[in-house]
Amino acid sequence: MPETEKTHAELAVKIEAMHKWYGQFHVLKNINLQVRRGERIVICGPSGSGKSTMIRCINRLEEHQQGDIIVDGVELTNDLKNIETIRKEVGMVFQHFNLFPHLTVLENCTLAPIWVRKSPKAEAVATAMEYLERVQIPEQAHKFPGQLSGGQQQRVAIARSLCMNPRIMLFDEPTSALDPEMIKEVLDVMVELAQEGMTMLCVTHEMGFAKTVANRVIFMDEGEIIEENSPDQFFDHPEHERTKLFLSQILSH
Amino acid sequence: MSAPQYAPGKHPDLPAPSTLAGPLAWVRANLLSSPSNITLTLLSLWFLWSVIPGALNWFFFDAVYSGENRAACRAAGEGACWAFIGEYLKLFTYGFYPEESRWRVNLAFVLMWLALVPILFDRVPHRKYGLYYAAAFPFIAGWLLVGGLGLAPVTTDKFGGIMLTLVVGVTGIAFSLPIGILLALGRSSKLTIIRVFCVGFIEFIRGVPLITLLFVASTMLSYFLPPGTNFDLLLRVLIMVTLFASGYMAEVIRGGLQAIPSGQTEAADALGLKYWQAMRLIVLPQALKISIPGIVNTFIGLYKDTTLVIIIGLYDPLGIGRAALANTSWIGLSTEVYIFVAIFFFVSCFAMSRYSLYLEDKLETGHKR
Repeated sequence: MPETEKTHAELAVKIEAMHKWYGQFHVLKNINLQVRRGERIVICGPSGSGKSTMIRCINRLEEHQQGDIIVDGVELTNDLKNIETIRKEVGMVFQHFNLFPHLTVLENCTLAPIWVRKSPKAEAVATAMEYLERVQIPEQAHKFPGQLSGGQQQRVAIARSLCMNPRIMLFDEPTSALDPEMIKEVLDVMVELAQEGMTMLCVTHEMGFAKTVANRVIFMDEGEIIEENSPDQFFDHPEHERTKLFLSQILSH
Repeated sequence: MSAPQYAPGKHPDLPAPSTLAGPLAWVRANLLSSPSNITLTLLSLWFLWSVIPGALNWFFFDAVYSGENRAACRAAGEGACWAFIGEYLKLFTYGFYPEESRWRVNLAFVLMWLALVPILFDRVPHRKYGLYYAAAFPFIAGWLLVGGLGLAPVTTDKFGGIMLTLVVGVTGIAFSLPIGILLALGRSSKLTIIRVFCVGFIEFIRGVPLITLLFVASTMLSYFLPPGTNFDLLLRVLIMVTLFASGYMAEVIRGGLQAIPSGQTEAADALGLKYWQAMRLIVLPQALKISIPGIVNTFIGLYKDTTLVIIIGLYDPLGIGRAALANTSWIGLSTEVYIFVAIFFFVSCFAMSRYSLYLEDKLETGHKR
């Protein structure tokens, strides 16, 4: 079956009939999602809709109970080997940056390449400086995260993920904890990354970002994917009433 | 006089007024800030004035530094009879350790400081080799003190005084930290058996007084061991003291672990670090840093608890002191003995306390909010 193999190789993430519960609470209901390589997906929805939980399932920060998740051709099971393989290929950026405060910016970036990829230190430092250059803060390399502004910290967090040379990047509300002045500098980095062809899944409410870079926008509510469409269709002609209501609320100001 | 005007955005940084900076400002702010503060300052000065001269006289100026016995001391001066302490100084230091082998204790003491340097300070040249040496030190010291392999053997019932305190204290401190870390991690483990074992161990240790454990070590243990096994008393004490301290240590460190936001482990997981890597590189360095005051508190407590070994017939400085007081020619000099022992413990514990402050300061990376 060469046809299925080909589609398999083209898919970065494939989620099929996935369910998740927190105790008795059914947080994710029958999630089906396919992300092709190089595709940029924006996921939005009201808080508590399960969008963060869904992308956290992709690198096993959260466990799913039913259905299949296949990332980069590897199925996520309880097998630690598979989880480790997937985590090496999937980078993640968090709402609260989650930088390691006891390490310098440079050490934050070189830690995983040295310990996980077993890169020689000099090489890891060179790569890290290259990415810090790209997010435009090479001069902060020897400072500690606590000495940087929120926007700078988030750019370091992006650089830290990129140092592992991931094939897929997950963004979990990367700009929600930032002051308005700093949102732009982070979004600029993300747009640039998108233009280079990185496969990206972003949970965000930055609708401008969704319009410029997303191939598809996914709207979630109460643990379900309600609507999935191209940005133009999604913003101009939303199909579902729930989507219309959500858009009217976030775009009314 | 009107203040100079600056255009918007052009206002320079001006020096702070003299009421905010300088020694005079410090005196005003800290000693003379209010009527009640002034009263307290005066009262304190009066208190120091009436106590310090007397204390200095007793300690130094009227003290007697040499003499045959108590009567000679009293005849020579009103102050402290340090001649008594001088007479017993060797016993205070070495216990009953054989005279001809005491160089081994001295050597072990010097080697201990050499082992501490690379542990305590991170800017020592060739620190890596220093740490290897520090890891080997307990075995070297054990060999030096107990003997064997070419050295004349010394049984551990000859250990005593400051040397005994250091042996018990340093062993307890060196082993309770790693065991405490493992217990703390085990207590938050997902594996039920490990968690139940760690919780049970910690709760048992904390629920039983150290004296009880020492009694168990000295008497009851021989009932449980197969007959004929000779399990050294000091070794049993070392094990009990270490386990006791690690139970407390585990809880101190658990407090530190809980203060680390879950985002830290999530970020480590997302980068692909394995559990032990995440713990060693990310979580523990931060958790231990927060726990330093508690850890040092436990260390100091352990160090002072070593005096309890007197109960099971080991002679630490306090035990030596009490034995010395029984000597009829020096009878009635308990103040000197207890002050001497107190100074010894205070100096050791104060040094630990200052080091912990230094360490906290050094590890501060500006992420305190």
